[in-house]
Amino acid sequence: MSKRFNRRSRRAVIPLAAVSALVAGAGLTGCGQQRDASVYTVLNSSTDETYHRWDAEAMARCGERLGVRIEQQSVPAAQVMTKALRMASSKSLPDIVQFDASEMPTFAEAGGLVDLRTLGLSTADVPQGIVNFGSYKGTYYGAARSVNTLALFYNKDVLDQAGLKVPTTWAELRETAKQLTRGKRYGLALSAGGAEDGVFQFTPFMWSNGGDETRLDGPEVVEALDYWKSLLKDGSLSKSTVGWTQADVNDQFMAGNAAMMINGPWQVETLNTKKSLHWGIARIPVPEAGGKSVGPLGGAVLTVPNTGDEQRERTAGKIVACLSSEQEQLTYALNSWMVPANEKAAAVWRQRVPELDALADQVAAARSRTAKLGAGWSSVSLALQSAFQSALTGESSQAALKRAQQRATSGNRGTRP
Amino acid sequence: MTTSTVTAPATVAQAPAPGPARLRGRRRLAQWGFVAPAVVFMLLFFGYPLVRNVVMSFQHYTPKTFFTGEAPFNGSDNWSNVFRDALFGKALWHTLVFTAGSLLGQFCAGLALAVFFSRRFPLNGVLRSLILLPWLVPMVVSGIVWRRILDQDTGVLNSFLGTLGLDGSTPWLTDPHMALLSVILVNIWIGIPFNMVILYGGLQEIPRELYEAASLDGASAWRTFRSVTLPMLRPVITVVLVLGFMSTVKILDLILALTDGGPADATQTLGTLTYQNSFVQLDFGAGAVVGNVLILISAVFAVFYLRANRTEGK
Repeated sequence: MSKRFNRRSRRAVIPLAAVSALVAGAGLTGCGQQRDASVYTVLNSSTDETYHRWDAEAMARCGERLGVRIEQQSVPAAQVMTKALRMASSKSLPDIVQFDASEMPTFAEAGGLVDLRTLGLSTADVPQGIVNFGSYKGTYYGAARSVNTLALFYNKDVLDQAGLKVPTTWAELRETAKQLTRGKRYGLALSAGGAEDGVFQFTPFMWSNGGDETRLDGPEVVEALDYWKSLLKDGSLSKSTVGWTQADVNDQFMAGNAAMMINGPWQVETLNTKKSLHWGIARIPVPEAGGKSVGPLGGAVLTVPNTGDEQRERTAGKIVACLSSEQEQLTYALNSWMVPANEKAAAVWRQRVPELDALADQVAAARSRTAKLGAGWSSVSLALQSAFQSALTGESSQAALKRAQQRATSGNRGTRP
Repeated sequence: MTTSTVTAPATVAQAPAPGPARLRGRRRLAQWGFVAPAVVFMLLFFGYPLVRNVVMSFQHYTPKTFFTGEAPFNGSDNWSNVFRDALFGKALWHTLVFTAGSLLGQFCAGLALAVFFSRRFPLNGVLRSLILLPWLVPMVVSGIVWRRILDQDTGVLNSFLGTLGLDGSTPWLTDPHMALLSVILVNIWIGIPFNMVILYGGLQEIPRELYEAASLDGASAWRTFRSVTLPMLRPVITVVLVLGFMSTVKILDLILALTDGGPADATQTLGTLTYQNSFVQLDFGAGAVVGNVLILISAVFAVFYLRANRTEGK
């Protein structure tokens, strides 16, 4: 998740590049690659210089330990799936693919992935929630190195000046946001954009309220959407919210146009570039005091595609095991501000990064988007995007979500939970 | 399409009396040899994808297909699913409004500017080349820049309107009722240079004497424009509109950059719907259906164009 969201500021460029690459690549991928026995390739979305470097360093360490060379091939996040599919049809799949966890079920369902347990990977130190996160229909296909979720970021100075406490319930959040809205500054910023970003941000409100993606027109989901509408009506949210990606939200927060925001840890690196900004992080407020704050689990998983070459698959499994080992996870998590998937690594991480403690708590209770729907998630996601955008721009939440539910379950792209 | 205007008939006509059959056969072979590259090119790069796309629209083509190579035929399932989807009707309507609106705006503004620049005045050349700028900027870049300009809170346009004492909080891209109009306006801005350049070229071709004659006859400026400029410009106008139509009806990049089809699907067009079906939902069969509809629309238009050309030729 992090990686794809990081990049959403260039969201337009990515799909376009995807299309042109698809067209251009169609002719080229026909000629299968000649594999070098000791060179293993990883397809990932680490196109940012920093991520690419961190990955390259980790791969060099693991390569040395296993006596192989590991090369990484990075494409924009939105292209990983189409690229991998194309490679599958030309029988030139890489040895390891790093998918966004919400995309993994689609590839797994097509029969493209190998069960990591048969390759000898252990899940002993991985919390059940994160094992599920990397599993599809009970089979463990994807090893997460780190996970992330959403939290409430707030501007400490602004809250202090106003003498306000960090909100913990919906009512408090609404009131605080209203009081912090002044001049060109909004009380809260969140993304309700028409892409996965917006859906990712809606889920903590939907889930903490007891709503569920299998029943979009349920009263809990309607209530959650009504809550978003009330924030907009108060003027605490900008009307541009429906056009913002999570990266846009971060820009607004950094520019002082928002006193609080819903966002994820992948923004921390950017946030820290502005020294004068003193931010804090808290759990996303819940409907009632004492309720459980359930956020969406995000992050990428390392998978081994089904290439038919068992020898190579076994080695690929060892590489995945090494890259997701406790030590590598900790290094990666400390670099990227995300939470290690491994329990032991996460415990160390908490001590090293105490300021993100709230995030670790939120991750522990977080839920995977595809746990219930698997490959059917993308239909629900599209229907939901359209629904909250309609509702935030005038329609009633009830009507919008009812239509979304119908759309999500109709046609051959519908979901059958 | 114009590749078949080979000079072959001329050669045949110039040739002396028909020789022995063997020679004639060889000449025929040579003629085919000249045509062959064009035919092969067309079949490979136009024929094959077209047929493939039509076939795909009748198949259950999913991610699994990439592994097994199997895409079972499912009759008209894809078609009925797409047509039943309320979004399709919406997207079709948006595409028509977008295309008509863009063409009208681009053409009128382009024509006005072309007429304006066909007079002589200082800095004419400089200004004319400056107006070309939108054409030179990549579509995605224009889209991203305009997205910032049109931002409701921080956009330059609203700040400007605000300083003029007008409504400085117009929700250009965030209100479903405004978004399509805003997208059309941006596309008009992009399309003006193209229209202007071609129409300007056309205007230069009109003989000066006609205008002299018109003014001697005492025709007003408007009358001259209607009775001399427009009729003389007709072939050029057809070309401009047809090319404009082709590039507008399949719009994708601009909309993805500006609104991503939103808010609330207010700017979904057939182009974005194809993209969404094929590359977000990975339902390639459904994507192919929408693509075929786009092709069909273009084909119908192309027929009209060819007919218009034929009558013109006569």
